[in-house]
Amino acid sequence: MSGAETTVGPKNGGRWNATLPDSIFAKGSSGRRGLTFPAWDGDPVTSDLPADCRRGIPADMPSLGEPEVMRHFTALSNLNHHIERGMYPLGSCTMKYNPRLNEQVAGLSGLADLHPEQGPEDIQGLLAALKLLENSLCELTGFAACSLIPAAGAHGEYLGMLVIRAFHLARGDRDRDEILIPDSAHGTNPASVVIAGMKPRTIASRGDGRIDLDGLREAVGPSTAGIMITNPNTLGLFEMDIQEIAAIVHEAGGRLYMDGANMNALMGKARPGDMGFDVVHLNLHKTLSTPHGGGGPGAGPICVTEELARFLPGPWIVKVDSEQDGKNGGTYTLEKIPGRGSNSIHSYFGNVGVCLRALAYIMRCGGNGLTRATECAVLNANYLLARMKDFLEVDHSAGCLHEFVATGSGWKEKYGVRTLDIAKRLLDYGLHAPTIYFPLIVEEAMMIEPTETESRESLDSFVAVMEALHEEAKANPELMTSAPHVTPVGRMDEAQAARNPDLRWAGPCNCG
Amino acid sequence: MVTRNCWEVDPAMPYVPHTPQEIADMLDVIGKKSIDEFFADLPEDVRLKAPLDLPDGLTEEEVRRYFQTQARANQGQDVLTSFLGGGVYDSIIPAAIDPLVSRSEFLTAYTPYQPEVSQGTLQAIYEWQSFICRLTGLDVANASMYDGATALAEACSVALAAARKKTLVLPRTLNPRYRRVVATTMRGEGIKVLDAPMGAGGTTDPDELGRILNADVGCVVIQNPNYLGLVEPVDALSAKAADTGAIVVAVVNPVSLSVLKSPVEYGAQLAVGEAQPLGIPASWGGPLLGFMASVDKHKRRLPGRIVGRALDTRGNNGYVLTLQTREQHIRREKATSNICSNQALNALRATVYLSLLGAEGLAELGEANLIRAAALKRRLEGIEGVEFPFPGPVFNEMVLRLARPAAEFRAFARQRDVLAGILLDGFESCGQGDLLVSVTEKRTAADIEKLGRLLEEFLGESVEGTPEEKR
Repeated sequence: MSGAETTVGPKNGGRWNATLPDSIFAKGSSGRRGLTFPAWDGDPVTSDLPADCRRGIPADMPSLGEPEVMRHFTALSNLNHHIERGMYPLGSCTMKYNPRLNEQVAGLSGLADLHPEQGPEDIQGLLAALKLLENSLCELTGFAACSLIPAAGAHGEYLGMLVIRAFHLARGDRDRDEILIPDSAHGTNPASVVIAGMKPRTIASRGDGRIDLDGLREAVGPSTAGIMITNPNTLGLFEMDIQEIAAIVHEAGGRLYMDGANMNALMGKARPGDMGFDVVHLNLHKTLSTPHGGGGPGAGPICVTEELARFLPGPWIVKVDSEQDGKNGGTYTLEKIPGRGSNSIHSYFGNVGVCLRALAYIMRCGGNGLTRATECAVLNANYLLARMKDFLEVDHSAGCLHEFVATGSGWKEKYGVRTLDIAKRLLDYGLHAPTIYFPLIVEEAMMIEPTETESRESLDSFVAVMEALHEEAKANPELMTSAPHVTPVGRMDEAQAARNPDLRWAGPCNCG
Repeated sequence: MVTRNCWEVDPAMPYVPHTPQEIADMLDVIGKKSIDEFFADLPEDVRLKAPLDLPDGLTEEEVRRYFQTQARANQGQDVLTSFLGGGVYDSIIPAAIDPLVSRSEFLTAYTPYQPEVSQGTLQAIYEWQSFICRLTGLDVANASMYDGATALAEACSVALAAARKKTLVLPRTLNPRYRRVVATTMRGEGIKVLDAPMGAGGTTDPDELGRILNADVGCVVIQNPNYLGLVEPVDALSAKAADTGAIVVAVVNPVSLSVLKSPVEYGAQLAVGEAQPLGIPASWGGPLLGFMASVDKHKRRLPGRIVGRALDTRGNNGYVLTLQTREQHIRREKATSNICSNQALNALRATVYLSLLGAEGLAELGEANLIRAAALKRRLEGIEGVEFPFPGPVFNEMVLRLARPAAEFRAFARQRDVLAGILLDGFESCGQGDLLVSVTEKRTAADIEKLGRLLEEFLGESVEGTPEEKR
């Protein structure tokens, strides 16, 4: 078997030695407890909850002790790829290192234990920190005002669309309900437009994903509410004509929204506010190093121009003048200006704990460090591009910013190995796959973003793996088309999963 | 470009490993002379001409000290005795949760789009979905929503789409923060919103609901317990909704489902809520954890990610994101929602919490809340100047009507390290004297005694006017 293993599993690859544990629902034994509560220590009292309000059938739950629970979730954790295990070259996702300091400070008592109904008198330290973050994000993006409330990038897009819509309505411009979106955009863009009550209109981009100016001129008109642009675009290229685009859209009466998913390419180099944009969202879980957590929570604050600031939802953190000091027991207040609540998108103030993590990162880096992060992110992407273009097709004659898009169509033609196969085989080598089949305008797309936190050795080993895959594709394509081989599970039957969905544990508990 | 290259300014930036020599070597490989050349596509006009106006970077110790100072300038529920609720509660957080969710395997993993190397996250989400199905009695749950309010807004959209109707009924007893978020969403979708009035008992009157229902109504929302902490007449309300064929969406506190009727028992087709009490720090209201569940027939309309169990090519069980044709990255403008990033790590917190809790813990937790609510009521009954305007059954939260302004009592109690409750002035028939007070499993007899004494002291100072006049 050892011979087969050396063929199937790469020498330096990510051998897992981990298998899926049984479901938590199958574990344990009736009567076990992992959590108890303080007994009521007052005079005996009984609840007067009437029987007809009570639940008929109790929820069937597994019963486990704390050690079993710890082992179960630790066993689960061993099945995950993660940043501290190996590189995560996911294009557009900016999987940079997540500093532990961020976690430590956000979890401090005095921050994590604040109830959202506590008023300004109890939370002066928090309000000062959040205001500092708002101001820092405005400086980073070149805007006048910031809302930290959106809980994710898509939530920021939604708020941005609401703000643009409210702006037009406030001017009596009721018919401006069309948002232009290049066909290279991420799927959240058109979806956000629709739920904000507007209509997306797709405009064709050129081969490099950049916007076609003639097409844009034709598309704008009295119904144009705005345009959503990802810059750098989803091919990792800067929208060189951005000022011209801004002029065309502004002249037509629209406003410009920038999807800031790729802001890691621009920190300290250029600011959306200086390019003619009116709104930008930032993904704190991309650009500003907060963890992805297996899918969230992230945060998607938006920054806007002065003219749009009044459409941001409240409450607003306001620093009060010194003569008013003491009125509220501190120097920051929360203002709910009438009318501002109308764009309410969250129960409270969004993912505050995530915002604090991002502030810790900004303070640690400083303006210089953020700029360096961008510079080294771009350096790393260009280094990979230079080292891989000999064996991977990349249409980036002029280089790239923080990420680039390669195509696997050459390997597909020559060796019968698709991009999906390359992605899956990378998993065998202890690396995560790049973003694949996006953007949609590139065939067999592979979007690669190394981020600045990868060292040169790390990039070199990624290149070495890709070279090895190239040799494998020539010599033994079946090894790739049947990959992965050493991961805890093989390729999942996604079609079957969708046809006959099994979405919850339906069996009895404690049956293991 | 006048900006200096940063490594020349500050050679020690620990999250970026590159040394000046390595940078020079890498530029050689690429064939560029400087990093600036990479930014050649940026038009001169839009380039930043000066460095960012942000302070220089700090050491780890300096950043930590800043946050410690900020934290000390706050006072939270660790040092104050909290009776605050209204959707977020001061609950007990088991020690086992933090070490598990701070494992980098969970913390720093991406969305599980590559299932072969994400089985840990995927199985955990599947178990979370299973727990939510068991608590609500429904068939399908998604991976999470941002919070209870956004979960409700999206559930209303699902119900209206399924019913193919354009009118929504919200109870006046609904959490006002949820109402605002739903209003924003419905405005975008062009939905008409009708209000089901609050009856004298502080709950929704089924007959009043019946009067406003018509054939255009696609969805009726019931919050149980409602914003005032009261148990709604869920069976009667649901029966009225059924009369005109409207789909019921239940808003529930998952902790209450240990003892209160589950959504499936009164015919709700969707259930949503805020799962923060299941092991998640209040953190000034975020990150929270919205959940959503539905009966089987709506599964292809649900927003967000859903994990399914399936077989892999080797014939083994595994987990995978499924039913993705609902989602924005496939459907784009035809998607049922735009949600992409969710609250996965908080869903993991809740999954660990529920695993520790078990069947018996769940029952005990529910009773612990009920008993403390009963004890609070008994302690405060008979204090002159305290009334209970709504005598109906509650779970862990209730309205006090004070003979003096509740805002004054709130400030009085705060001076004595007690967070007394939420002011209700302006909510429905509530007035200046009304205070929403919550008691969780964390409150002790001494805490409740303290609140009782503070009320006695405050109201004993001078009772200005009767409760009736204060309304």
